[in-house]
Amino acid sequence: MLQKARKFCTVLFSRKIVLVSALVILFFAICAIASPLMAPCDPYEQDLSRRLEGVSSEHWLGTDQLGRDLYSRIVYGSRVAFMVGILAVIAAAVMGCAIGLVSGYFGGWVDQVLMRLMEAQMSIPPLILALALVAVFGRSIPMLIFVLGVSAIPNFARMMRGQVLSVREMDYVAASRIRGNSNTATMVRHILPNCISPIIVIMTQSIGGSILAEASMSFLGAGIVPPTASWGAMVNDGYSYIYDAPLFALAPGVAIILLVLAFNIFGDGLRDALDPRLRGAL
Amino acid sequence: MGRFILKRLWQTLIILLLVSVVAFMLIQFIPGDPVYVMLGENISKEYHDTVYESMGLNQPLTTQYFNWLGNMLRGDMGYSYHFRKNVNQLIASRLPVTLTLGIISAVVSVVLGVFFGAVTAVKRGTATDTTLTVLANIGLATPSFWIAVLLVYIFSVKLGWLPAVGFTLPWVNFQKSIRQMILPVICMSMGGVASYTRQMRSSMLEVIHQDYVRTARSKGLPENKVIWRYAVKNSLIPILTMASTTLRGCIGGSAIIETMFNIVGMGQIMVIAINYCDYQLLQSSLFFMAGITCLCNLIVDIAYAYADPRIRLE
Repeated sequence: MLQKARKFCTVLFSRKIVLVSALVILFFAICAIASPLMAPCDPYEQDLSRRLEGVSSEHWLGTDQLGRDLYSRIVYGSRVAFMVGILAVIAAAVMGCAIGLVSGYFGGWVDQVLMRLMEAQMSIPPLILALALVAVFGRSIPMLIFVLGVSAIPNFARMMRGQVLSVREMDYVAASRIRGNSNTATMVRHILPNCISPIIVIMTQSIGGSILAEASMSFLGAGIVPPTASWGAMVNDGYSYIYDAPLFALAPGVAIILLVLAFNIFGDGLRDALDPRLRGAL
Repeated sequence: MGRFILKRLWQTLIILLLVSVVAFMLIQFIPGDPVYVMLGENISKEYHDTVYESMGLNQPLTTQYFNWLGNMLRGDMGYSYHFRKNVNQLIASRLPVTLTLGIISAVVSVVLGVFFGAVTAVKRGTATDTTLTVLANIGLATPSFWIAVLLVYIFSVKLGWLPAVGFTLPWVNFQKSIRQMILPVICMSMGGVASYTRQMRSSMLEVIHQDYVRTARSKGLPENKVIWRYAVKNSLIPILTMASTTLRGCIGGSAIIETMFNIVGMGQIMVIAINYCDYQLLQSSLFFMAGITCLCNLIVDIAYAYADPRIRLE
C-alpha cells in the first residue's frame, strides 16, 4: 500500500509544474491555518493617518482605505477562500455524483424526475440563484458554503449521468450483473471508477470556481460580512482607489488567480496520474 | 426525432412549473413582512396595506401562487417598486442587451474553446500545447471582475482606445456597438474559452486512442479528416453537456459585467432587484430568464441525441 502510494506520488509529481502547484496550495493552506503567524500585522487594526500607503518595509503591499495592512488581510483572506472553496465543492460533488449515478444507472422515471429537478435548478444562473438565496436567508459563512454547494450540484449530476450512460452498456457492467452483483455493488465497483476521471477534473475546476464564486459574491457585496477579509471584497474596495493605489485592487486578484490556478494544474496532474491509459505516456 | 422534440417540450413545461414554484416560494422565506423589507419601515400603515393587498399577500398561499402564475402566463409580470415601472416594460427594454452580449460571448467561448482544445490535444507535449494549456489555466483562474478592472485600466484609462461604460445594440449603431462590446465580451467569454479548451483537450485525449480513430487512420484517411471528422466529433459529447450551461453562465456573469461596465441589461436588473429587495421584479425576471435557459437546454438536448447515437432516446 505504502509502495503504491509512493509510486503514485512519483507519477503525480514527475511533472514539475504539478509539484509547484502543490507547493502553492500548501503555502496558502499554511497561511489559512497559521494566519496569525504568517501575517506581520493585525488585519483589522485601522490607522486612518496611514491610509492608501504604498509599499514599505512595514507594509509589504501597502495599506487599504482604512489604513489596514494589505498583506495581512490577504493572508487572512486565504481562510475564507479555502474554507468556502473546498467545503462547497465537497458538498456539491457528493450530492451531484450520487444523483448522476442513480439517474444514469436506473434510467426510466428515476432519471426523469432527477434530471427535471436538476434542469429546473440549472435554468437559473448559479450566481443569480446564490445572490437570491443570500438575499432571502441572510449572509454568513455556513450559508455561503450551502448556497454555493447547492448551486454547483447540477454540474456534477449531469456530467456523472453522461458518463454513466456511456459506460453502463459496456460488457464488464453486463458481466457484473450476470455474476449476480447487486445494483449498488455494480454502480460503486464497476461504473463509478470508470466515470471518475472527468469528475476529478470537474472537482478541481470547481474548487477554483467555488473560490471565484465566493470572490464574485463578496465583490458584489453579497458574500462575506465585513470586516472579515475576503479577496473579492478587497478587489471591490480597491477598484474605487485604482488611481491612487493600484496594488489595493490588483494584489488580492493575484492571490485569487494563484490559488485557483494551482488547484486547476494540480487537478490536471491528478487526472493524468489517475488515468491508467495516460500513465504510460508520462 | 419529432416525437422526441414533443416529449422534451412537455418536459420543459414541467421544469418551468418547478421553477415557477421556486421563484414564487422565495418571497415566502423572507423573514418579516415582505412589504416593510421592500419599502422600508418608514412607510405609512395605509400605504403598507395598499401594497400588501396589491401584491395579493392577504390571500391564501395557493391562491397567491395560481394568481401569480396566471398573471405571468397572460404576460402581466407585475410592478417594480424600485423602478416604478411595469416589469414587462423593464424586461422588454433590457432583454435584447443581455441576449446580444450573452449569445456573442457563448459563441466566442464554444468556437475558440473547441478549436484550442483540439489543437492542444493533437499537439500534446509540444510548445503549442504547453502555451495554450497554461493560458487556458490562467484564463480559468482569473475572476471576470478582476480582468475587467485591469482591461478598463489599460485600454480605457491609460490608452483611451475603448470606452469603459455603456452599450449600444448592433442594429442601432454598428461601429459604436463593436467598440463598446469588445471589453465586456472578452471578460464574459474568457472563462468559457478556457473551460472549453481544458474539457476538449481532456475529452480528445480519451477519444484519440480509440479503435475507430486508429481504423480511420489505417484506412489511409488524411490526418486532418481523422481529427476533425472522427476525433473532434466524438469528443464533442462532454462539450455538449457543458454547452447548456454556457449561456446560463453568461447570463449569470452578466450580473457582474453589466454592473461593472454600467450596461443596462437583465443581469443588472436582477442585482438591483436583489439589493433593493424588489421581490416582484426578482420573481418575474428569474422565471423569465429560466424560460429562456430551458429553451437553450432543449436545443442542446436535441444536438446531444444527434451527436451520440449510443444514447438511447427512450
